[in-house]
Amino acid sequence: MAPKRSAREPTPSSATTAQISSTGAGSVPVVPSSKKAASANQSPQDIALGIWKNYLDATPQRTKLIDVFMSFLVVVGVLQFVYCVIAGNYPFNAFLSGFSATVGQFVLTASLRIQTNVENKAEFSSVSPERAFADYVFGSLILHFFCVNFIN
Amino acid sequence: MSDTVAEPFLKGNTGRNTRGILRLSILVLIAAAAIASRLFSVILDPWFNFRATKYLVSHGFYDFWDWFDDRTWHPLGRVTGGTLYPGLMVTSGAIYHALRALTIPVDIRNICVLLAPGFSGLTAFATYLFTNEMSTSPSAGLLAAAFMGIAPGYISRSVAGSYDNEAIAIFLLVYTFYLWIKAVKLGSAMWGALCALFYGYMVSAWGGYVFITNLIPLHVFVLVCMGRFSPRIYVSYCTWYSLGTLASMQIPFVGFLPIRSSEHMSALGVFGLLQLVGFVEFVRSGVPSKQFATLLRGFVLLVFTVAFGGLVLLTVSGVIAPWTGRFYSLWDTGYAKIHIPIIASVSEHQPTAWPAYFFDLNLLIWLFPAGVYLCFQSLADEQVFVVVYSILASYFSGVMVRLMLTLTPIVCVAAALALSSLLDTYLSVKSPEVPVEAGPDGTNGTPTPSKKAAKQDGLRSMRLPIVGIYTTFSKVSVVSALTAYLLIFVLHCTWVTSNAYSSPSVVLASRMPDGSQHIIDDYREAYQWLRQNTKDDAKIMSWWDYGYQIGGMADRPTLVDNNTWNNTHIATVGKAMSSREEVSYEIMRQHEVDYVLVVFGGLLGYSGDDINKFLWMVRIAEGIWPEEVKERDFFTDRGEYRVDDGATETMKNSLMYKMSYYNYCTLFPPGQCQDRVRGVKLPDVGPTLNTVEEAFTSENWIIRIFKVKDLDNAGRDHASASSFDRGNKKKKTIKKRGPKVLRVE
Repeated sequence: MAPKRSAREPTPSSATTAQISSTGAGSVPVVPSSKKAASANQSPQDIALGIWKNYLDATPQRTKLIDVFMSFLVVVGVLQFVYCVIAGNYPFNAFLSGFSATVGQFVLTASLRIQTNVENKAEFSSVSPERAFADYVFGSLILHFFCVNFIN
Repeated sequence: MSDTVAEPFLKGNTGRNTRGILRLSILVLIAAAAIASRLFSVILDPWFNFRATKYLVSHGFYDFWDWFDDRTWHPLGRVTGGTLYPGLMVTSGAIYHALRALTIPVDIRNICVLLAPGFSGLTAFATYLFTNEMSTSPSAGLLAAAFMGIAPGYISRSVAGSYDNEAIAIFLLVYTFYLWIKAVKLGSAMWGALCALFYGYMVSAWGGYVFITNLIPLHVFVLVCMGRFSPRIYVSYCTWYSLGTLASMQIPFVGFLPIRSSEHMSALGVFGLLQLVGFVEFVRSGVPSKQFATLLRGFVLLVFTVAFGGLVLLTVSGVIAPWTGRFYSLWDTGYAKIHIPIIASVSEHQPTAWPAYFFDLNLLIWLFPAGVYLCFQSLADEQVFVVVYSILASYFSGVMVRLMLTLTPIVCVAAALALSSLLDTYLSVKSPEVPVEAGPDGTNGTPTPSKKAAKQDGLRSMRLPIVGIYTTFSKVSVVSALTAYLLIFVLHCTWVTSNAYSSPSVVLASRMPDGSQHIIDDYREAYQWLRQNTKDDAKIMSWWDYGYQIGGMADRPTLVDNNTWNNTHIATVGKAMSSREEVSYEIMRQHEVDYVLVVFGGLLGYSGDDINKFLWMVRIAEGIWPEEVKERDFFTDRGEYRVDDGATETMKNSLMYKMSYYNYCTLFPPGQCQDRVRGVKLPDVGPTLNTVEEAFTSENWIIRIFKVKDLDNAGRDHASASSFDRGNKKKKTIKKRGPKVLRVE
């Protein structure tokens, strides 16, 4: 169950990472005003286009970097999963650790992204961006230690 | 008015330091009390863990990991390294090596004996931290730590010498929860990662880790349902889950369970749910509401179809393992009795009797609901955790006696919350003076003029929210009553600990008529006999309860032991015990059994003996061989389980019955042979044994050991051989001789 389900998890987000980001990084006030009332009857295609444009305009460079990394992880995860479905999961340990490495890293990166988001400052009063990055490194170290240990 | 000498010490900066030191010293004292109260009698009990630890210390970690134990489960052996939770042994091994490195010469046995009390001190400290996260009052944490230190519900599994998984597991449980609360509060990935690390440690230590695996997702789920999703929860839960699951898979015994078995599915499901909710929340915050509605509808539909389809597909194709039996028995208490007798036969797995709550928790159990109620008053994320925990643990503790252990921490915490808010209200010297000036003429500070208005507008307390205790009398009376209760609680705990929980199962204590203590030491006597009088590789057959003890104390291979991983093998032993001698002999020969050990309490009135457990053996055997062993045959026509004259033929012919009562009647004058456990008179002529012979019977007849006879020299079967020995004349068997034939050649 797990691999399949969690495999599916990143998939929608891969298509929508961009959308997530469009809302992030202080771009909020911009978005509604640009859409205005005219957006009420737009087709979904238009909406997606508008969001994508906004994302390109309003996201800080660093956050974009994180997003690229996240979409890379999604691609790797999907590839592994497809391989597992097609070619069988024989060294199950290896597949599992590889796959959970991508999922875990994705989640950790998402956490970093959330924590460094200016918008969420109120939620994370005690977590500065530097602290968030240190946490991220700490978490990733543990994650990869376990993965390497598990891979056989 | 409250000017005392201590005043300057309790205010400002110095005050903080003083309080810090006080708190620390109180905590140290609590830990000391927790340790001391567990030292009533020190005898090392669970022998398997001790054996494993010795192996670990002498052979090193890697050998331990690959340890194949050929002295248990006799013909099969056991891949011990892969079928145990190594946390306990590794912990004591690490302590041992650390102390050695500090040049403190210490025996591994001492570490094993004192590990549980030592960790109970740490548990008290962890409870203090946990409670401090729940309450602003500094006294709550200290009270909770004190309760945790002496609550009998926890002492029951952590007295000195009870070297069992639970010894360290409860500390890990509480500490993992503390880290989890910390992670949720701060939304920090570091605390989440630490929580995952301790969760991994917990997984390596105790099978009860499943409780954490389900409780934390449930907490998150409840929060999400309450509409309290926040990025903090996303960060802490996802960090915990992704790291913790990987950590738990490192233990060979757990392996792929976290992604296969249904017990772990809730955690995975909540993980997925959080991804979705997190994603939806992000979109919501940026996109105009009209568009959002469109997006959401499509998204929800898509996710629902995919998830449902996936679930059906996986269930049909059987990728998800079916729910394990132990899990079913948690929901349906009758389930185990019908389907898996091996689980139901363990006394720890029985439903809890209600007096046990009072016995184990005493005063705390009626403070517990009050504490939970107080949590509702300021329902922040962490208070929700207490509520969820208490509901879940209360239910489970009612299902299985053993799970009382997981209930104890939350009861201590909730009781401490209730008690500290009471004490804080009643002990404060200052607070009442403030509202008094509002109504100097009113009797209890309630201004008279407002009374009428209050009546019209509803509750008076709603209008005048200043609540306080005004008279010294009420304060003194309440506080002194509470103090008395607490003192009685301490007395109760001490009494319970010294009387009920400090008696190891290998040594029985009884009182002589003059009140002096009499120690009944039959178990050790018998194990010592085995150690000295049998071959080093003599195989001992006994019921599985005694497997670890025989392995540890007598150092002889056993057929089955307390690690009940192979039901068939246990059923084989059950069949051997409950069948006729001739059938049993075959089984025993096949398994190379040299000695059979039975526990018999008839002489002494010791009720935990094998005849009383006998029906479980029958049931378990019946589960595998329904044709050959039938439980019904052991009951009389009227449905009674009898061992006296009226016992059924099957009962009288079973090996267990014969061994238990063999020669027993010779102890008594004719006609007065009595079984003191069952309280019945036995027939004057005892059973005869053909295939086994009595080898040893302990002082009080508790342990009886029989030697399995070898095949007869003369090729007779055992029945005729022993009847010949008894001097019975051999029955003439008419030999059929064929007609004489003339030999031609």
